[in-house]
Amino acid sequence: MSKARPGWFPRMRAARGEPPLLCRDAVELVTDYLEGALGDADRARFEYHVARCPNCGEYLAQIKASVALSGQIDPQELSPQARTELTGLFRDWLADRDGRA
Amino acid sequence: METDEDLLARLRAGDESAFEALVERYHPRLIRFALSFAPRWELAEDVVQETWIGLLRGLDRFEGRSSLGTWLFQICANRARSMAAREARIIPVDPEGPAVDPALFQADGAWAEPVAAWADPPTDAAEQAELIERIRRAIDDLPPGQRQVVTLRDLEGMTAAQVCEIMSITEVNQRVLLHRGRTRVRAVLDRLDKEVTHR
Repeated sequence: MSKARPGWFPRMRAARGEPPLLCRDAVELVTDYLEGALGDADRARFEYHVARCPNCGEYLAQIKASVALSGQIDPQELSPQARTELTGLFRDWLADRDGRA
Repeated sequence: METDEDLLARLRAGDESAFEALVERYHPRLIRFALSFAPRWELAEDVVQETWIGLLRGLDRFEGRSSLGTWLFQICANRARSMAAREARIIPVDPEGPAVDPALFQADGAWAEPVAAWADPPTDAAEQAELIERIRRAIDDLPPGQRQVVTLRDLEGMTAAQVCEIMSITEVNQRVLLHRGRTRVRAVLDRLDKEVTHR
């Protein structure tokens, strides 16, 4: 069988009596979709729904936006005290290693 | 910027400045990750200090099959777990059921209310900082497993494969934790957006 276009395959499934994807179920597939973990048929079914449902389309956009915003959180800077302590730790390790060698 | 591999080679030769450069690069990120196990600063500092000791002691054994970053976070995860075990903390199991609040949907499975588009992110620096702070708190409030995975994926930008390796979890487990965590962070942002637009 030739590769299904998104939108076409789900209609075929619907014609075979498979129920269309509900919004309630579509939102639970968002992460699997973004992770590339859906099989071809489920991915096509998800894309078909999201392309036609403005609410689920918006929901998907919001998940992507919140992931992007999370990426803007910077870790706290290294304190001078921690830096000094860790350098001390390194010197102890080096003295020990080279002392044994 | 010097690569991790170059710094590692200099570190093996006993070069202190290479160690300092690695600390500069990874220490703040490791602290943040350690805090995702036990949200107590002193504990996190101990965990990460043990992580650096683990790195130095394991230098001869490290073969570079995974990246230095993955290895460091893996040591950190192991140390944090044994520390949590010593503290006799019970790690809660994630609940079953849908991640998205079922009350948002009608009986037929369609949205009860339209999903309203969010306002554009603020351009004002202070408002931006406040928004980022709110997201940080939302992530802090996640259950530990979700917090750890979201921290590694969305704050560190690591791949799913790296996270599975660091956390010793399956791909499916990784996705479940990520899904629940992201769902909750998005819900907090949605509430925040409604507060702001209805102000």
